[in-house]
This record gives sequence, structure tokens and C-alpha cells, in this order.
Amino acid sequence: MFYSIGERINGMFDDVKQAIASKDKNVIQNLAKRQTEAGAKYLDVNVGTAAADQEGTMAWLVETIQETCKTPLSLDSQKLNVIEAGFKVADTSMGILLNSTPLNKKDDDEILDKFIALAQQAGPDGKIIALTMDKNGVPQDTDTRVAIAAGIVEKAMEADFATDRLFIDPIVLPVKVPNAQTQPEAILTAIDQIKYLADPIPHITMGLSNMSQGSTERSLINRIFLAMTICHGADSAIVDVLDDQLMDVLATAEMLMNKQLYSDSYLKAYREL
Amino acid sequence: MPVPKIAENFRGSVNKITLGATSADGGTRTTTVTVGGAANVVYAGSSESAGEKPIIAMDVLDVAPDDWPEHLLECYKDVIGDPAAWAKKCVEEYGADVICLKFDGIHPDKGDKDAEHAVKVTKDVLAAVGVPVILWGCNNYEKDNRIMPKVSEAAKGEKCLIGTVSESNYKSLTAIALADEHFLITEAPLDINIAKQVNILVSDMGFPLERVVTFQSTGALGYGIEYSYSIQERQRLATLGGDKMMAMPVICDIGSEAWRTKEAKAADAPGWGDAAKRGPLWEASTAVCLMQAGTDILRMRHPKAVATVKNFIDELY
Repeated sequence: MFYSIGERINGMFDDVKQAIASKDKNVIQNLAKRQTEAGAKYLDVNVGTAAADQEGTMAWLVETIQETCKTPLSLDSQKLNVIEAGFKVADTSMGILLNSTPLNKKDDDEILDKFIALAQQAGPDGKIIALTMDKNGVPQDTDTRVAIAAGIVEKAMEADFATDRLFIDPIVLPVKVPNAQTQPEAILTAIDQIKYLADPIPHITMGLSNMSQGSTERSLINRIFLAMTICHGADSAIVDVLDDQLMDVLATAEMLMNKQLYSDSYLKAYREL
Repeated sequence: MPVPKIAENFRGSVNKITLGATSADGGTRTTTVTVGGAANVVYAGSSESAGEKPIIAMDVLDVAPDDWPEHLLECYKDVIGDPAAWAKKCVEEYGADVICLKFDGIHPDKGDKDAEHAVKVTKDVLAAVGVPVILWGCNNYEKDNRIMPKVSEAAKGEKCLIGTVSESNYKSLTAIALADEHFLITEAPLDINIAKQVNILVSDMGFPLERVVTFQSTGALGYGIEYSYSIQERQRLATLGGDKMMAMPVICDIGSEAWRTKEAKAADAPGWGDAAKRGPLWEASTAVCLMQAGTDILRMRHPKAVATVKNFIDELY
């Protein structure tokens, strides 16, 4: 089972930004519906940078989506208080994903513990995305990524938080920056190793579209890298589920890795799972 | 580091279906049966995750069989050729949970009976017993497409299980089963990929997956049982993994497959032991084995085999 997290409800997109500004529920609810139909297992909710009142906007987005849609949400912010504002008003009975926390921060050594505690409040389907990132910043190599992932797994175990409630994100960096072309391979190698850190295996997710940031062949790069990560054992990604060809690649990679039974109509069946 | 929790956490479960409609539900059945619901592999996990008990559907043929061995015919000698009395005997004397009315007689090579015959038998059997009924065609596509819609209509409102439909022949029967509110059996020739495809095809026609039962084809003990076993096992694992296109209860045709084997039939085989015991044992062994791969509805024939398997089910559930 691949957990695609639909990325479209994000204040960085113009339509969402405008909908937030004019409190236009239809745009948001329509995106929730379309992404659900396209096979999203979670809907990412990110207020972006436009809104002055981030907490209020997060709460409004959550309430607006859940008026018409039962797909679990991924509350996406770098600020815990914004995630908390969404969590407070969210129906978490279908599950919820808190997106995201590093292992620790310079100004908050306990940030991961706080995320775990919040996720625990939602019951066994309360999950978190934890970045392989710590107070020293974003690692550039495989070993540091894996070491931080081990730290995340250890903290989860100490808190009696089942390791399959973790979505570990090895952090995708744009390929189009100087010296970044070694990153895709480092990420794939990290995925290989993170899988062996715990049983049950933590989920592996990533912000896929980051890879192609600023590139000309964005969709192609995203699609190919998605297939490569699945081949290495990733089972989640924050993606544009409305990109039909991307979803076909996802369905095909999952089928070739024997995660889904083949049938002649497997592309169609995949979206209905 | 503390010891991690490693309990299996499956996402999916087998659909639960209730066959038969009582008067409260617009039918004339006196009982209904519910199957499915398993949320684990067979005999693993908690008793709650085991789902409903497997049930036994006893075969009743629309015409007198011409290839049944003596030891099997013996059990039905007073009712052969009278499907209503035959069905009644299966329920009242042999404890059938469900009757599987098999329309062998409509096959062009086995009597080529017409729709009038099939409709009459259907009505007679429905009147004779109060348990839910399975209506199973003759597996000749052309004949099934002509006769089974009439059979379906005659049983409208009874929430029967009707079949079978396959990848190359599913439209007529799926449409009529949808209209008459029956449950549908999708058949595949021991091929898990085709099994999934048939389910997608009937689903595309608007037939609810929650009203489908899958038939993967059955091989008897010694005659391909391992193929049936591993495919059903694969189906259960796909179900538990959350594949909605595979999360259906499973039916097996134990009776006709077991009683085709020479080990069950041969009367004159001194080294093989008493034929009166050997046949039922062959059928019961086939049933018990396939139950362990995940079978919800067992089509069976010999009352002794039925009793043995019922006992086995009761011991385990």
C-alpha cells in the first residue's frame, strides 16, 4: 500500500491562496474531492505564507475540507502551533498525519516528543512525518540521514509510539542546484538502510516535487524519481495526485514491485483502492 | 531500547455478506446466512478477526445425475430426480446451511433442458426449503446467457447467490443479477490476475463489489488442490493488504471435483480400503484443506463428508 499525500491544498498555489483570501470554500472542497478521486490517501493542508493568521487559516481549511470529505488530512506546517490549530478542529477518527518535525531543533530539543504526544491524542491512526534533519540542519550524505532516522526511531520507541506510525522523510533537495546531483543516490541509499532500523518498518515518504524545483522537465523528473524510490522501498510521497501520468507510474511501479496484484485494468483499479 | 511491538496490523478484511432474504426483507427465506468478515489469515490472530464460520452449500442437481458413483447416489436414492425433495432432505437430514442448485440439465450435452424447466425447478426448490439458495449455471456460455436470466427473475427478491460470470462472459448475468438484487459469483481459471480483472469488469458495470463472491476454480486432493490453495491464500493476503478488488468471500466447488477423482469413485480397488469410507474422506479432506487457505462457502455432496467438515468447523470456530 502506497500512501500518496495530495499536495494541492497549499497556500503556495495561486487558486488556494485566493480561496483563502476570499474564504471561498468551493475551491478547497473541489480540490479535496478531486484529489480523493485520484487516489490520495491523505490530503496535505498547508496554509502557505500568504495568510497573516496562520492558525485561523489552518482551522478554516480543515473545517472546510471536512465538511464534505472524509479523507484523512496531513496537517502541514513547520510550526507546531499551526498544526495544533488544525488538529483541535479536525475529525481524526479516520486518522491524521502531522507534517512535519525534525529530530530536534536548536531552540527546541523536544520538538519530536511534542509531535508524538500530539499524534498519540488521535489514537492509533495518529501518525507523524519526521524529517531526517536535526539542529545541525539538512544532511547532505547518506550516513547522517540514517543516523538521524535512527534517533527518530529510538525516540518513538521510548515513547511507546509504534514505528509504523512514523513516516520518515529523507529530505529531497532540488537536483538543479550546484553539487546536488549526488543527492538522489544518497537518498536512495538512505532509504535502503532506514528500512532496517525497526520492525514494524517505518514508512518512507518525501516531498517529491522538490526534486524538480526550478528544472525544465519537472513532471518527468518527478515521475522517474518516484519509480526509483518505490524500487528502493519508499511507500509514500507528497505528490500531485492530479498528475495522471505520475499516478500511472506509481501504479505501475507498485505492480512491478508486487505490491499490487496485476490485472489488465490495474491502472484503473489502483485509483479505487 | 525497549522491545518493539510487532503485532500484525492488516488494513483490509473480507467483505461480510448475508445471503437470503426473509419476509422482513422482501423474500420468503426462513433463515439467512452470513459469511466473510475475516481480518487475518486463517486460524491466526484473535477469534474476532476470524470472521464468520465457513458454511456448507449442498449440491442439488436439476436433473438426475448420470455419473455419480454408487456410494454417493445411495444417500439420495429416494429423491434423485426430484430437486425439491432432494433440497429438503439436504437441509432437514444432512444439515445443509445453503442449497446449491446446479443446472447441469440445461447443458446442451446433458439434456439441453429449457428455461421453463429451470424456472420450475428454481421455484420448487425455493418453496421446499427456507435456507438461502445458490443458482449455478451449466458453464455453457450460450445456454447460461439464455436460461440463467430467467432463473434469476424467478428468484427475484430472495437474495440468492447466482453464477458464474467470467472474463469473457459476464455482461448478461451481471446485469440481471444487479436488477434482481442477487449476489454474484465471479469465476477465474486458477489465475489470480484474471480473478481481479473479472471483479473490475463487473464493478465497471455498476455491480457492487460487496455483493460479489469469488470462485477461483477448485482442484480436488491429488488433482491440483495446491493451485487452488495458493491462489486463495494469495487472494486473502491481497484482501488483508487492502485490495478492495479482491476482498470477497470465496466459494469452492468441493463436491463435484472430489467425486470426479478415481480415488473417490473406484469401488473395485482392494488395496485402497472401503469405498464407502474412502469417497467421503476424499471430499472431506479436500474441503478441510481448502478451508485453511480461506474458503467461506463449501459446495459439497456426501452427507458423511458434510458431517465431518461441520464438526471440524465447530471445533475451530
